[in-house]
Amino acid sequence: MNRAPDDLDRRLIIATQAGLPLVPRPYDALAAQLGVSAAEVRQRLAAMLDAGRIRRIGAVPNHYALGYTANGMSVWDVDDSRIAELGAAVGRLDFVTHCYERPRARPDWPYNLFAMVHGHDRATVLAHIGAIAALLGPACRRHDVLFSTAILKKTGLRIGGEG
Amino acid sequence: MNGRPGPAALDELDRRIINALQGGFPLSDEPYREVAEGLGTTEAELLARLQRLLDTRVLTRFGPMFQIERLGGRFVLAALAVPEERFADVTALVNALPEVAHNYRREHRLNMWFVLATETPGGIDDAVRRIEAATGLPVFAFPKLREFFVDMRLKA
Repeated sequence: MNRAPDDLDRRLIIATQAGLPLVPRPYDALAAQLGVSAAEVRQRLAAMLDAGRIRRIGAVPNHYALGYTANGMSVWDVDDSRIAELGAAVGRLDFVTHCYERPRARPDWPYNLFAMVHGHDRATVLAHIGAIAALLGPACRRHDVLFSTAILKKTGLRIGGEG
Repeated sequence: MNGRPGPAALDELDRRIINALQGGFPLSDEPYREVAEGLGTTEAELLARLQRLLDTRVLTRFGPMFQIERLGGRFVLAALAVPEERFADVTALVNALPEVAHNYRREHRLNMWFVLATETPGGIDDAVRRIEAATGLPVFAFPKLREFFVDMRLKA
């Protein structure tokens, strides 16, 4: 499953990683560019969607432009024996956009659950974090929230060495 | 250095377009026409508005969102504790690596948090070593052990 893409998939990724063409027949445009049929382009995209190699085809909004100006990375020290169950419950909350278990780095970093929370202001984010704390209860020994104060870089992944 | 745009002036159709296009884009001959019909607008209007939303950076991109681990690559979250007087210099050193996809300043002793994205798993260790050599600071790497949920959809 987690293998490198074949040549045509790789060329399709490179051709679309900046975005899908904004023309009436975008798959025809990609097909012309790649020298294959539009049916082949659509079949390749459908196969990558089915395999989870593409999460979805769609728009990625800029949080700030939509008014989600507060962004808190909440981090939690959760009992290892309960992390599977509790991590899944936190991930189901509709204000959590990413939720992962990650390794601790003691003594500097005791936290093993990361949940990203976006809101229109800090008070909203802190209220959401209070709801997570209530859900975790005594299985969480401590937590913190790291608000972002500047975006230093945001380019996304680039395959194909185009920087 | 990127500034933060303020909330954009969006009308009701812009918001419906953003919410409708966050997933499930059709794999049909004329997908924009199909989406436009569902929204009660025209293909030309939808394409013009999408172009404007991208030009004004309300949308950062429109297209397939690739899951790099499923393509053999790797994403790792990492952090540095950067002394305040070195923050600008260290930002430049870290951002210079093409493997650094996102980088955020956060309020904590670990005050710089970035995502390393590479086409091969081995590329991560190499990028960590280069950042440590360039900055003289230890990199804290937090590879994901388990993913509970990832969905960047936000209602416009």
